[in-house]
Parts: sequence; C-alpha cells; structure tokens
Amino acid sequence: MTDEHPAGEQPAAASPKPEPKAEPKAEPLLVMSSSPHVHGDREIPRIMRDVLIALAPGLLVGLWFFGLPALRVLLVAVGGCLLFEWAMLRALHRPGRLHDLSAAVTGVLLAMNLPPASPWWMVLIGAFVAIVIAKQVYGGLGYNPFNPALVARVLLLISFPVQMTTWTLPADPLRLDAATGATPLGILREGLALGRTADELTLTPAWKLLLGLRGGSIGEVSVLALLLGGLFLLWRGHIRWQIPAGFLAAVGIVSGIPWLVDAAHHASPVFHLLSGGLVLGAFFMATDMVTSPVTRRGMLIFGLGCGLLTALIRLWGGYPEGVSFAILLMNAATPLIDRATRPRVFGTGRKLFEEGKAA
Amino acid sequence: MLVATTVLAGLGLISGLGLGWAARFFAVETDPRREALLDLLPGANCGGCGYAGCSDFAGAVVKDKAALDGCPVGGAATAQAVAGVMGQTVELKERRVALVHCQGGSDLAPRRFLYNGMASCASATQLGGGDKLCVQGCLGLGDCQEVCSFGAIEMLASGIARVIPERCTACGNCVAACPKGIIELVPESARIHVLCGNTDKGPQARKACQVACIGCKKCEKAAAGGIAVTDWLARVDYALAPVDETLIDQCPNGSIRIVELGPTRH
Amino acid sequence: MRFQGGVHPNYHKETAGLAVETLPLMARYAVPLAQHLGAPGTPIVAKGQRVAKGEPLATPAGFVSVPVHAPTSGTVKAIKDWPHPLGRNLPAIEIEADGEDRLWEGLAPLGDWRRLEPAALRDALKNAGLVGMGGATFPTHVKLSPPAEKPIDTFILNGAECEPYLTSDHRVMLEQAAAVMEGVGLMARVLGVKRVVVGVEANKPDALAALRAGCPADVAAEFVLLEAKYPQGSEKHMIYALTGRSVPTGGLPMDVGCLVQNVGTAVAAWAAVQAGTPLIERVTTVTGEGIARPANLRVRVGTLLADVIAHCGGLRPQVAKVIFGGPMMGLGQFSLEVPVIKGTSGILCLPAERLSQFLADPCIRCGACVEACPMGLVPSAMGVLAERNRFADLADYRVGDCIECGSCAYVCPSFRPLVQLFRRGKAELKVLQSKRGAA
Repeated sequence: MTDEHPAGEQPAAASPKPEPKAEPKAEPLLVMSSSPHVHGDREIPRIMRDVLIALAPGLLVGLWFFGLPALRVLLVAVGGCLLFEWAMLRALHRPGRLHDLSAAVTGVLLAMNLPPASPWWMVLIGAFVAIVIAKQVYGGLGYNPFNPALVARVLLLISFPVQMTTWTLPADPLRLDAATGATPLGILREGLALGRTADELTLTPAWKLLLGLRGGSIGEVSVLALLLGGLFLLWRGHIRWQIPAGFLAAVGIVSGIPWLVDAAHHASPVFHLLSGGLVLGAFFMATDMVTSPVTRRGMLIFGLGCGLLTALIRLWGGYPEGVSFAILLMNAATPLIDRATRPRVFGTGRKLFEEGKAA
Repeated sequence: MLVATTVLAGLGLISGLGLGWAARFFAVETDPRREALLDLLPGANCGGCGYAGCSDFAGAVVKDKAALDGCPVGGAATAQAVAGVMGQTVELKERRVALVHCQGGSDLAPRRFLYNGMASCASATQLGGGDKLCVQGCLGLGDCQEVCSFGAIEMLASGIARVIPERCTACGNCVAACPKGIIELVPESARIHVLCGNTDKGPQARKACQVACIGCKKCEKAAAGGIAVTDWLARVDYALAPVDETLIDQCPNGSIRIVELGPTRH
Repeated sequence: MRFQGGVHPNYHKETAGLAVETLPLMARYAVPLAQHLGAPGTPIVAKGQRVAKGEPLATPAGFVSVPVHAPTSGTVKAIKDWPHPLGRNLPAIEIEADGEDRLWEGLAPLGDWRRLEPAALRDALKNAGLVGMGGATFPTHVKLSPPAEKPIDTFILNGAECEPYLTSDHRVMLEQAAAVMEGVGLMARVLGVKRVVVGVEANKPDALAALRAGCPADVAAEFVLLEAKYPQGSEKHMIYALTGRSVPTGGLPMDVGCLVQNVGTAVAAWAAVQAGTPLIERVTTVTGEGIARPANLRVRVGTLLADVIAHCGGLRPQVAKVIFGGPMMGLGQFSLEVPVIKGTSGILCLPAERLSQFLADPCIRCGACVEACPMGLVPSAMGVLAERNRFADLADYRVGDCIECGSCAYVCPSFRPLVQLFRRGKAELKVLQSKRGAA
C-alpha cells in the first residue's frame, strides 16, 4: 500500500487551488476523500512491468534466433510506439503518462508479431497505426475496442503482403543474411493446396515447434518460452486461465475432428496447437484486458470463440494463419459478451434459501 | 460482364422504384410550418426551451403548446421570426444572462481541507458540502462549464466560475447543474448584483470569505426596495432592480458589485 | 459458507493486544442530536440547566428515533450547530463538565432480563438510546420489532470486525465476553428466537473461545469461525456465510428470517436493562501510523476528537487523514472539534505514505473490481456510466444494491474513485426516479 506517486505530482482528479493569503493556519489541512482510504498493490505500471517480464523469454529467443534484423524491428517498434504516444498525448492534451508503460508493451507485442526481416519503415507505419489509429483516436488507454498491435499487424499484412510473408529461418544470431523459408503452417497450406497428403509433407516436428526452430514472427516461434511467460502472468493474477484454455481447447477440438475423420489431408491438433502464433495469441494478445470481457464466463466464451475462428480460418479460410483475425473479430463481440455474461447480483434469482452447513 | 451489369442495373432500378413508392405510401403528414421553423431555430439542441431539442420545440410550437419566444438562445430575432411563421405577434421580453453569485476565489475564501476525488462540484459537495469554509460558495470544479454548449463559462485563476455575458444564451443548463444553486438568470440590463450566496450569520460569513455578505442590511436601508436581506443574505429584486450605484459603497465587505451583462449580440 | 467476491487487505491489527483503557473525564462534551439513522431527537434541556450523568438530553422524535443522554454531570452551555462527523454542522448539546461525574437519580435498572417481558425489554433499550454500534447506528428497539409477517428464526451476533486497523470489538469480546453473551440472550428473548449463531472471523480465535467460555448456561448458541475476508462483517454476507440464505435485493435480513447485531450493541443492551445505564460510552480503537500512541479507549459519547487525540499523544507530523471508522468505509474528518458518537468504532490517523490518491485515470477493464464485488455488480461499467453522467443507465446495473464497501476501489489499478461515483449515481437516480414518479 505504498504511495507510488511522487510528492508534488498532482492527481488528475481534483486540481488543488493556490493557498489563501489570509490567516496563517497553525495546522496543515487534512485530506478528505470518499472511502476507501487505502488501496491494494494493483496499479497499471506494475501490471505492464509484469507483462514485459512475461514477454521476455519469448522475445529473447526470437532475438537470438533471428539476430540483428529482429533487434532492429524491436527498437523501431518500441521507439515508434513511445514517440507516437508522447506526441498524441500532447496534441490531444490528454493527461496520460508515458511511464504507465502501456505504449512500450504495445511496441513489444507489435515487434513480436512481425517477420524478422521487416523493413524499418513498415514497422514505423505499424507503430503509427497501433498507437495513433487503433488506440489514441478512440480515446486512449482503456477506450480502444480492438487490440492495437493486432490492428497494426493485420493492416500491414493487407497493405504489404510480400514483406509480411517473407519469413527468415532461425540461424546463428550474428549472420546478417539469414535464409528465407516458409512457416510450418505455410508449408501445410501450400502442400495441401497442391494435393499432397499430410504424410508426404515434411511438417515440422513437435520438438522443433516447442523450441522455436522454425520460421515465423519474431515472438511466436518458441512455444516453450511463451508458455513460461504465460504461466508467470497466470501466477501473478494478471490473466485468467479461461481465455488461453478456451482458445487452445477450441483449436484442438475443431482441428481434431477433421483429422480424426481424414488424417491424410489434415495436420494433427498437436501440430496446430504448437504452430503459428497460437500460443502467443492465446496468452498475450487475446488476454489484453481492454479488449476482452471482464467476467470469467465471458472470458471463456471469448477464448472459445477465438479458437473456433482460428481453426476455421486455418482449415478453410483464405489465410494459413487465423489468430490475428480471430482475435479482432472476437474483440468486436466483447461488449455483447459482457452484456450477456453479467454476474448474478446478490439477492436475485430463485434460490435465495440455501440451507447449507456453516463455514 | 454483361450479365453482371444487367443484374446490377436491374437491382438498382427495382430498388429505386421501390423506395419511391414507399416514400409515397409511408409518407407522414407533417405540418409544413414545422420544417420552416426548424430552419429558423439555432439548432443547438441545448434544451433551454424545456423540450428535447429544436425539432421537438418546433413540433410543440405548431401544436400551440410552446410559447413563441420559448427559445432563449435565438433571442428576440428568432422569436419574431417564429411568430411570423405562425402568423402571430409576440411581445419581446428582455434578454437574460446567467450570473454566478460568488466572488470567493482561493485568495479570499479559505479551504478547510484538501479534496481528493472526482473533479466535479456535485461529487465534491457530497463530502460535507465541499472543501471551502463557505459551504455555499463556488467550488470551481466545472460542472457548469461542462454543461454549457456555448462556451460561455470560464474558470478564473482564483478557482471560481464566471459567465462570459456575450456568449450566454440563458438556456439554463448551468443553473440546473450547479449543486450550490448560486447561478441565476438575471435581466441583461441589471447592473448591480450581490455576488454572494452565503447564508451564515455575520461573524461566520466573514470567517468563511473576505467578501461574503454578512447580512448587515445597510444596503436594504439605502435602497428603496430593490434589495432585501433574508437569511443573512442580501438579494436583489430584479423586478425593481436598483440603479443607484452608491449602493456599492454602502456594502462594508464589497459583496455588491457592478457587473455589465449587456448590451450584446442582439 | 464463503461468499463470492471480497478482498484481503493488509489487516494492521497491531492494537489487538492493547487492553481497553478508560479515557479520563474531559472539560467539554458536545452531544449531537443526530447519532443514528432516523429522526434526530428533540432537546428537553435548556441553556444553563444542570444535568447529571446519564440524564436524557433529548427525546425521540417518532418511532425511528432514540434519545441522547449526558455523558457526565455538568451544565448545558449551549444548544447549537456543531461540527458533526458527517461533515456538516448539526445541532448538538454542549456540556461543560463539573468534574463530579454524578450519576442521574432517574436511572431505572430492571435487573435480570430473564424475568422481563419482550415489550419491557424493548422499551428499556429505547429509553437507553441503543443503536447499532457496528457503525450503521440503526435504532435497536426498531430493529428488534420486526412486523408479525416477518418471523425471525435466527439471531446472529456479529463479531466479524472485518475492517483493517479496528480491534475494539475484539477487545470487547475478550474482556466482556459474559456481558456480550448476556446481551445476546436478552435480544434473543426479545425476538423469541431459539437459534442463536455467533460469528467471528478466523483471525480472532481467542475472541470466539472467550465468548464460548463466557456464555451463560441457559443461552444456547452456536459458535462459528468465519473466513477472514472483507467485507465479512456486512450483514448480508454474515447471514449468507452462517445460514446460506441470501437477503433479497431491496430487502432486509428479516425477509429471510434473520437478525444481526454487533457485539458492542449486545453489551450496551445488557447494561441498559441490568443497570439502567444509557448508551453514553463505547470502546473505540485509536490507531494508524499518524497517531503517537495507538490505544483501545473507552470513550464517552460526545468527547471531542481533539481531546482523544491529545490523550493518545497527539497527531504525528506526517498525518494526512483522520477517519472515523475503518479505512474501507470510514468517514474522513477535517475538523478536530467533531465529537465521538455512538457509531464511532475507530479513529484512524493515516500518514501521507499510507494514503492512496484517487486519479481520473481511465478504466482498463481489467475485471479486478468485478471479482472483488461481494454483491455481484459490475463496478467498471457503472463507474464509466457515472463518470459520463449517464445516471439513468445505472439503474439497469443495479447500483442501488451497492453496499459501498469499497472493495472495487481497493483493487482498481487506475485508482478510480468508484464509491464516490456510485454515491453520486445513487443520489441522481433517486432524483430521476422521484421526478418520474411525480410526472
């Protein structure tokens, strides 16, 4: 319960007026406010710090595998997001603070969702879209209906399809010219389109998917590192299990059914669960507080919906990967889900007399 | 290609014909005067007339439910134009302007505690009446400014609200929003005002604010009925507004002041 | 049973080991006429009149009202507006003590409650000025007079004391266990109930043991240790945890056959009947890092805050807030002239470093408040609506069911003043609904 606000910083709530010149007061004035007069440990900078810590393993693995180009993407993304946030807060006279770290987190998430060889100008455009268009235009922190990093990613994907689908394969970090290749989902999609069966395609084995020895966005490759971070966030209580569990379960089930029916032409659910941006999306993107429901039941429905849409797009949609689109579509449904899953108010409902044992 | 063009053209034709027929079949009978009135009204939808926007007011006028000069924003010119459309005459009333009955800025009215909470006068008032020693004084947190759609209220550096007379349209939103009830719509021509709403007894009022009205009744004695003191507070009777400016000197505290509210736009 | 929601604040129960000390007699007392929910009393004394300790100073105005009594013997100096803990100046009777502390001869002890009829007991409680001492200050005789169509089958003693920092009830349970249980028996007799349940939070097992040991043989009670979670002491949640019944929305405990009373009220009830003692003193915890010497004090009603603070060594220089009650629901004070009243369970002096400033930061929809709300509401949505002045929409979200416990604001990472917003929302809704009713 320590007061984290430095002395002298005025709260944005009520701006105190200058002291009266009249009688000199012997005692200093007491502070008056509505109850409660104490506060727990939760505050935004602390939550954002924990999110950055959770992202660190996946990010570091990505930087290690993809080298300096990936580092450049990260620096431009984070730097761009901070710059645009600062500029927008000033231009719109909003009382926000850069040190609440939300722009930095958006920058890191954006970088983790981009291909390692992304040109710097494309990353900068992405930062602009994420902060200015997807966040500040809607009113700033707390008001955006869509996940800003994903809006940027999807916009870049549609505008610059070539750059956004040029994947480098993991290599020794100091090699500046890495080989390009397809992502595991890309291999699957192209192969099936060409009429090959799943066995004929040399799909990336599960252990490589877990460690991250495959093509993909900077932050999505190492499932193991991402899981570590995700569990950390769960332990700290910043995300709830409902969204990742629902997401993964739905993908597993919806991709599992066709595979059970016709294994020759479909990849296994394990492959689906470990490839693409699914784990990154399930633990870090779909769980974004602002754009996901506030109730546990709502979170479960949200997670299941994301998983369902992801699987549908992967199996029958026009893109090899559907996580970004699925999450954005479910973001649009969040207000509706919130309305439909409001908790039961104490003292309503039919069962008011539950004669049970005392504690 | 040909098929696509034909189909689209056909769809367009059918939709167009359908919409045209629907516009006739489902047409609602409206009084043509209502449209004419809507053009004349300011279109601010401020609610000052007491109706839900300009369209609602226009509808009420043509039904003979609303007064012809019911729009305070439009003022005399609009009232006459409205009367013209309705084929009637209207007696013009004097323009009114909102006035904040308080001068107690932070240099004159001390605080009794440091307030932390919602920057809203109504919310702050729930905490024992607010952070000023004068419980009836302006808190300066801007509830009035927020509801004014005409930008006619400014917050002074001393932390109290002031109406900008040229921009005020007397819509009344600020009067309703002020939790202290110290904003009043007064006639434009009135120049002498008691800028205080404090009903404490003399010594208490003086402690609460250096320019508070202490209810000494000097002004009441000097004016011929234009000012009366009730509840330890002098109030101007704007129907018989006093014009003698020496009244200002009568007030020992400086609560009575001259405030120019007009002449203005009309 | 456990109720949904709630929070686990840092409890700061360091004063639990401090035995109750009695505050010495002071020179001045100011007894407000309004110390309870309901109509304030009507004064029956005049300026200059000499009064004795326990003498009635004001009679009840109507059924939902109680008298107030002189805390000590002295002279009525004035009947005038005085700073009140509610934040406004309200009528009070100022008494200049004469130092003799003479007892009023008109006190009427009735002796053993077991030999008295419920009606007589109720009258004794009313005449003694009994109100709920957990903080709500509802007149006890009214609460113990449920209408015939709402039969009570369970009486619950509230020994939860869920607010951080406060330990006055804990000390009362330890030091006056027998008196507490006698009071329980008394009130059970007034109601004619067979089932009595005593609920104490799990962080006070010694208190529960003391009550069990001090319970008279003819008072049959169940003793239950409850989960230590805020706001366990809320009436509705006590009832749910002990009986599984939920008070219906907009209803009262009597709608589910239950009645809850605080331990302090039980002691005062017994003293009122046994010795005829009116409610003129209570145990209050003076605590917080902003006071020099924290203590549990037996304070006379009407004692000025400044006098209590002086007795406890004075305020430390870094003090920033003085609160009547606990930190979660207490009322902030700005004048040291306010008197201790019947419902003052604690005087909390918080230093600047323990303060949390409310901010106008936006809601980030983290959902912490939804999980914390013990009433199943959605504070995040209601807060945004109230902030935008959309008060009519608040009715749909049932803001009227909010018990203003503060759990939501306690966990909000944006430091939003949620309780203040809901109080405003409730007030505006009432105005809107009365307008609609009139229309």
